[in-house]
Amino acid sequence: MQAFVDGLIAAGWFAALPTQVVYALAMLLAGALVLFVFIRLVAGSTTWVERRIWARIHSRVGPNRVGPQGVLQWLTDGIKLFMKEDLVPAAADARLFRLAPYVVLMGFVATFAVIPFGSRLVIAEMDAGLLFVLTVTSLIVVGILMAGWASNNKWSLIGGIRAAAQIVSYEIPAGLSILPIVLMAGTLNLQELIRQQGWAPWEWYVFANPFAFAAFFLFFTAALAEGNRTPFDLPEAESELVACFVTEYSGVRDLMFFLVEWGNLYVIGALVTTMFLGGWNAPVLSNSVAVQTVVEFLVFFAKAYFWVFVAIWIRATLPRVRVDQLMSICWKYLVPIAFANAVAMAVWVLVFPSGQPAVAAVMTALGGALIVAFFARVAFHLRRARVRSRQRLTLSPFA
Amino acid sequence: MGTIHYFAKLAATCRTVFDGMAITFSHLMRKPVTTQYPDRMDVRVQDTLPYRYRGMLEVDLEICTGCLACERACPIDCIVIDAKKDKEAGGIVMTRFDIDMAKCMYCGLCSEPCPTGSIHHTPEFEGADYSLESLVHRFIDEPVLAFKPKKGVEPDPAIAPLLERGTRYLAEFAAPAAPATKPAPKEAPSGSDDAAG
Repeated sequence: MQAFVDGLIAAGWFAALPTQVVYALAMLLAGALVLFVFIRLVAGSTTWVERRIWARIHSRVGPNRVGPQGVLQWLTDGIKLFMKEDLVPAAADARLFRLAPYVVLMGFVATFAVIPFGSRLVIAEMDAGLLFVLTVTSLIVVGILMAGWASNNKWSLIGGIRAAAQIVSYEIPAGLSILPIVLMAGTLNLQELIRQQGWAPWEWYVFANPFAFAAFFLFFTAALAEGNRTPFDLPEAESELVACFVTEYSGVRDLMFFLVEWGNLYVIGALVTTMFLGGWNAPVLSNSVAVQTVVEFLVFFAKAYFWVFVAIWIRATLPRVRVDQLMSICWKYLVPIAFANAVAMAVWVLVFPSGQPAVAAVMTALGGALIVAFFARVAFHLRRARVRSRQRLTLSPFA
Repeated sequence: MGTIHYFAKLAATCRTVFDGMAITFSHLMRKPVTTQYPDRMDVRVQDTLPYRYRGMLEVDLEICTGCLACERACPIDCIVIDAKKDKEAGGIVMTRFDIDMAKCMYCGLCSEPCPTGSIHHTPEFEGADYSLESLVHRFIDEPVLAFKPKKGVEPDPAIAPLLERGTRYLAEFAAPAAPATKPAPKEAPSGSDDAAG
């Protein structure tokens, strides 16, 4: 984006303004666009998508009354929350209580500064982009602890502490599973990471070698836990903690927490896509820059949103783990495995500094076989269900 | 925890998550079982209910004899009937037949003593309303002459089907009591469902 603004300045568009001011205004504009158009739409509609998919997995219908198939449900929910009174409990620390949602939102929105949408669609191409993402997402912990403490409520406090413990713990396996990719690519720049991969699956980092493949699953698991998603959604264990750190929140502030929760899913998907799945790399379909940019955006969005779907699907599948299980999964399993994986990757990079195309081909075939095996298993369960209940099957999610 | 146990646990995790995901994905492909009541149904629910379903009460005034048996049977006095003998009109004249459906507990005790089956439950159950007053069903607007049962077959073709329906309704109540030859000393002899309660 900087190149674009530089071009405008060179063309004499903002002759009256100093360069720094132009940059600041451009950043402000881009930030507003991303926040008000992209994040709101994606996080909002994800609430509807999640409820629909979840319902279908439960053999229910889900919200289907507002608009065609209920697509406007998230808008009405949002408007309802905007109409609600913004309450601050009498015993709460009012200033911290009011501030907390903004801190959480800030930690989440700041990641979009470096998350790319296409080869030309990125707000800031930072050399330490990956590090920046890991750093700013830590703000979420601060906000959650702030909310939990300021609410002056036992549930909120326990939930906030749980969330903080969980996020801080899972930062370690997440960081250790990013490390192999960084070792392989030799850069922390998200755009550079994507440029080093290609559009074809065998050019993606996930299939580059077995350790990258393992790192992919480790990272996704740790990222789910960092985003407080099932099966690691202990902070919002409704049956024990009411609603965790959002217990005392209402109206718009409540909405902010939910925006972050669902928006975070997209951030996880975008990070996975960037580091492992070739990002916006698309085959060259057109000589036009605009068309190619749209294609790249669609490719990136489809890949990232697929992982949003997977997170929703996991939520409908796996039960929530206990607190001690949560900690043992992290410290006894994820951390040692991720560490061993990172060391093995270091050795691999030392032995094969320029990669092994043959291994990549084998790994891609293995990944394909895994997907085929998975759908064979799905077909098996469908057949069994049909034999059991003579139920008619429809392959449309909007039947 | 031995090393083998550690890796066995890991393998079990991967296997079970894989299969669990396959099961839920297969559910995503199936048709939902939800019945979308009330506006997206193939048939009205009322039409699928059994004949003796105890929904809202209804009175067929054409065959009501004005005997007040239902009013007396009602345990919570939700039926109010004003009936007087009138020699000029030639029988009992009823001026009021109100049933307060807000009070009614759907016990069915009123429909059992009815000689013609005039008062009976319908399968209609959607009784939600905006005020208590509108739940008082008033069956008489202006005074009417009560029905007098005749010997033999009912001659009026407008009343005959009502009477037939009424007697069928009563016969259904009587049916469970049919094995009267076998005395059941401890159980309620009345033969109706609610007598047990």
